[in-house]
Amino acid sequence: MNKSFKIEVDCANCANLVENEVQKVAGIKKVNISFMTQKMKVEFEEGADTEAVMANVLKVAKKVEPDFEIL
Amino acid sequence: MNKKQRKMLIRIIIALVMTIALQFIETEGWLRLSLYIAVYLIIGYDILKKAGMGIVNGRVFDENFLMAVATIGAFSLALYEGSGDYLEAIAVMLFYQIGEFFQSYAVGKSRRDIAALMDIRPDYANIEENGQIVKTDPDDVEVGTIIIVQPGEKIPIDGVITEGNSSLNTSALTGESLPREVQTGDEVVSGSINMTGVLKVRTTKEFGESTVSKILELVEDSASHKSKSEDFISRFARVYTPAVCYGALALAVLPPLYQILFNDVAFGFNAFETWIYRALIFLVISCPCALVVSIPLSFFAGIGGSSRAGVLVKGANILETLSRVKTVVFDKTGTLTHGVFEVNAMHDPHDHDIEADKQRILELAAMVECSSSHPISKSLQKAYGKPIDHSRIHDIQELSGHGITAVVDGQKVAVGNEKLMHKLGIEPCACSHVGTIIHIAVDGKYVGHIVMGDVIKPHSQEAIRQLHASGVDNTVMLTGDTAAVADRVAQTLGIDKVYSQLLPADKVTRMEELIASSKPNEKVAFVGDGINDAPVLSRADIGIAMGAMGSDAAIEAADVVLMDDDPLKISKAIRISRKCLGIVWQNIIFALAVKGLCLILGAFGIANMWLAIFADVGVMILAVLNAIRAMYVRKL
Repeated sequence: MNKSFKIEVDCANCANLVENEVQKVAGIKKVNISFMTQKMKVEFEEGADTEAVMANVLKVAKKVEPDFEIL
Repeated sequence: MNKKQRKMLIRIIIALVMTIALQFIETEGWLRLSLYIAVYLIIGYDILKKAGMGIVNGRVFDENFLMAVATIGAFSLALYEGSGDYLEAIAVMLFYQIGEFFQSYAVGKSRRDIAALMDIRPDYANIEENGQIVKTDPDDVEVGTIIIVQPGEKIPIDGVITEGNSSLNTSALTGESLPREVQTGDEVVSGSINMTGVLKVRTTKEFGESTVSKILELVEDSASHKSKSEDFISRFARVYTPAVCYGALALAVLPPLYQILFNDVAFGFNAFETWIYRALIFLVISCPCALVVSIPLSFFAGIGGSSRAGVLVKGANILETLSRVKTVVFDKTGTLTHGVFEVNAMHDPHDHDIEADKQRILELAAMVECSSSHPISKSLQKAYGKPIDHSRIHDIQELSGHGITAVVDGQKVAVGNEKLMHKLGIEPCACSHVGTIIHIAVDGKYVGHIVMGDVIKPHSQEAIRQLHASGVDNTVMLTGDTAAVADRVAQTLGIDKVYSQLLPADKVTRMEELIASSKPNEKVAFVGDGINDAPVLSRADIGIAMGAMGSDAAIEAADVVLMDDDPLKISKAIRISRKCLGIVWQNIIFALAVKGLCLILGAFGIANMWLAIFADVGVMILAVLNAIRAMYVRKL
């Protein structure tokens, strides 16, 4: 399943770093963070609890980049 | 400017004013130190916090860390020396923040500019309810609803005009500035702007399936396909930052140790002092921001600019490949020619003009071809010009690359090319005319043929010339048409190589041969109208679909989508990609060269902190400004 989120991220490098870390979150098959469009595209693993996964994603992202927000 | 940026600007101004004021006020000792520390904290507290968090979270080497170490180091050194010269530490942090602020402002601004270029998303659709016009969300409009489009409004959903006439501005979609005249019965695509009259439109698609939504989705997705240069830089940054930190550490420790051990310099902080200062300069210079920011920005600007020109590129990686295209392969029909055929002549089995039975032959051909979407079939029906009674036709069989057979009024009729006639064991008459020859046989007996000619698009010749001029070495045409027609078209247009009489599968084979025979760095592009050539489009290094407005299949299959069917756009697309990649490489080389030079100067003690600030912030600002240039493609 694919989902697209609007995000707020301050710099291109932060977006790359967050992407690398979020990629490792359980339940995430593929993630793509675009600094330019301020969007995050997430492909979930089959049968993943998307809400729980996204809560984890936000936690991981915040750890890497405190200013990261999912709108 | 958003809230964060405003806050940052205020901090910068306060720090700047205080720093300048401190240059004029005579202060000494602890008062002086605490004033400078106050300024330092005002301007840099967030950097220190982020650096601290980075260390806690096990991600040590980022630019916040670099800046924190460099500035705290400079402070400590000044404190140790008792010089009271804290200006350098403040300046490094202040200029770093100014650079960051500028970058965030410029990137945000160009992001909004590019988004505005592509602002074709309609906000509402007008529906009539009980004589009142009601604005509704286009997502809620069902297929077949009549919507009303006032002058000055965007057409929100694809549809057909049921009432009214007007001229439409399609420039946001196609880059074509000439308005398009439309009237009742015409199809209109969403995203075009209604200029003069009120239109009533019956929608033929849902909003999500309409052209405008497809285009927006494509452009937004394009940013997520990263180019090789972007990948290269993010990998590079991952290795580079730690490497620089260790390099700086080595610079601070190794030379003084060497001097102590072999040059009889007394062990003590004095021995390390100069080298620590040089190491700090080293850290400031090395910040990789200029590269990390400017490269994705260049691609984004390039993609944004090209969509404005009616060239949709599906990703940064595509833009990169496009810039290396050395061979362009064309489909003939619909790409270089209009794909609208005219009946030039009709001949009987002895190659003489048919006088009496003209209408009968044309009728047979049109009836047999009635269900085909091939351009020739459509043109035959147009030439026949009367409605077709489908109940008279049975057993339609289409033989790809050959033609069609059907039973009309109980007679077996075959309509197609020479190959079809041979397949059916019928001897066709060789025609003396050059053109596309449609042979017709009734009940196994040859009755004659129709000669059809295609019309070359007015810009095709210029398009080929421009391609050659912009560095494409090889132009090739693939067509299912006869050699005589193909050769004539190729000669008129100046195309280098022609493969004619190809079946659809042959086109893929030829494409594979062309890819195999070109060097790995030289890419092969295929240009087609996206209707019959989807396999070739997807097999080519770059598939370019043209005239795609409203054709979902083409948008899916191609890498680059030309919104109108003007072949001149092909060379434009290539030039846009070259410009964009040119800028990317300028930035990579410029930033690495300046930084490399300054690093060497810094290590030998020639560069001071001010030069280091330029190498960091100055280079980044120049690179960002250069990247924004990729957006301007109008004159290419």
